[in-house]
Amino acid sequence: MSRSEVLRATGPTASASMDVKIGMKKDGTITAGQIFFRMQGGAFPGMSPIGEALPCAFACYDIPALKHEAVEVIANRPKAAAYRAPGSPMAAFAVESMVDEMCRELKLDPIEVRLKNGAKNGSKSSYGPIYTMIGLQETLEAAKAHPNYAIPLGPNQGRGVASGFWFNHGGETSVSLAVGEDGTATVMIGTPDIGGSRASIGLMVAETLGIPYEDVRVNVVETGALGVNEPTHGSRATFASGKAAVEAARQAIAEMCRRAAADWGIDADAVEWKDGAAHPAGPNAGKHPPMTIGEIGAKMGSTGGPISGHHEVTAGGYGASFGTHVVDVEVDPETGRTTVIRYLVVQDAGTAIHPAYVEGQYQGGAAQGIGWALNEEYVYGTDGRLQNPVFLDYRIPVASDLPMIDTVIIEVPNPGHPYGVRGVGETGITPPLPAIAAAIAGATGARIRSLPCTPPKVLAAIKALRG
Amino acid sequence: MAKVHLWASLRRFADGQEVVEVEAATVGQIMDALEKAHPGLGPAIKAGLSVAVDGEVIANNRAAQVRPDSEVEVFLLQRLKGG
Repeated sequence: MSRSEVLRATGPTASASMDVKIGMKKDGTITAGQIFFRMQGGAFPGMSPIGEALPCAFACYDIPALKHEAVEVIANRPKAAAYRAPGSPMAAFAVESMVDEMCRELKLDPIEVRLKNGAKNGSKSSYGPIYTMIGLQETLEAAKAHPNYAIPLGPNQGRGVASGFWFNHGGETSVSLAVGEDGTATVMIGTPDIGGSRASIGLMVAETLGIPYEDVRVNVVETGALGVNEPTHGSRATFASGKAAVEAARQAIAEMCRRAAADWGIDADAVEWKDGAAHPAGPNAGKHPPMTIGEIGAKMGSTGGPISGHHEVTAGGYGASFGTHVVDVEVDPETGRTTVIRYLVVQDAGTAIHPAYVEGQYQGGAAQGIGWALNEEYVYGTDGRLQNPVFLDYRIPVASDLPMIDTVIIEVPNPGHPYGVRGVGETGITPPLPAIAAAIAGATGARIRSLPCTPPKVLAAIKALRG
Repeated sequence: MAKVHLWASLRRFADGQEVVEVEAATVGQIMDALEKAHPGLGPAIKAGLSVAVDGEVIANNRAAQVRPDSEVEVFLLQRLKGG
């Protein structure tokens, strides 16, 4: 497909408008929240992420009284498609913009208000279940303590703060692992790598087997090579394929312990696995030198055949990831152009298996959200045709548009994963929309209530304020 | 006894109840009991949903055990999609 065909035919996210109402006392205590969503996802019912937008709206807060309502609007537009954290960015734009507006009105610190009302362990989530182990408060504390939050602002500059949420997902997952004759391991997964999941899964398998990372190869294999796998979506790949890969490795370890036990003439229960080798579990198991994965692999053909592990599961135990962003912008009062001058992402990864890739997801989410906040928009003509189906007119941020995006990785391990993984891919696109609108409000006094915050729109808002 | 919380648009299929109590030892038994008591819930259950038991989202794993006491809290959630 050509670029313009992609933009015309593969689906944007849904369009949305919403009303939000929040009750806040003068001390910043939030007493109630209400949201009404309208979402348009094309010509067929069920295509918009309305079911995700509502539970995301107040997910960052512990509020005693909430009301969520929504309608889906059917229109002669292209069908909506799943887009990073479907529904959550629009919900955050509404709720976090309102919280920011109230903080400015009451002259309250936006992080303190979120610390006061933010969800914590034991809070009842806005969509029902109790949060057992989450890291929102930790992201807020880290954002408050970060040097960016204390840097004095210059003329025409403003600072915005917003938090964001994504559920994360498990789903149907199938993984195989084969031990090689040279003591290496090959892992076969069905979730294509779009953000560092192969490397992360390789690290988890290496840790479980007790062998170097270089001795593990993770392959994304064809559909027919494994059992059913949901695609890479829902920030699930590192969580779910990783969880299944660890279980597959444990199966292979159990078999390697059996092979060593047979060689030593002892019971398999008397063998333990550590540092990449089978060891006698205690003095009663006899004195046997450790048998490494390489030694077991080399003679597998004569000890019972190939050694592998498999795990198939509909993975549960996924844990939500919360983030808090702080952005500084400068708005040109003559043109309305907004320049992002400083950006901070703080997000809970659970455990950051591969910190550089986690950081990449944080930065990528922020960049995509900045594009949504400032430039990106599908423009339709009166005939219903897309007017800007090329990147010349559909403006995404490029490197020269952005400052270095600072990151802080918070680690509150997810108890539902053997290494504490949550999933980090989607939360990062959620806070930029309201954070940038809040920063523009700080810089200009004008509250932008629709996205993107294009220069003409911001300039018109500034002029309206001046009268 | 599991207290199963229904999202708003499901309640019309359960005589308007927000919480339905069922005797069950597994997620599968919860789904079967719900559908037996309120057949109108059947299509939503068959379409696929996520289940949270005492705060842990355990997916729709029919074999998953549910703690056998009156305090267990179950939420049915729409099956989530991600981008």
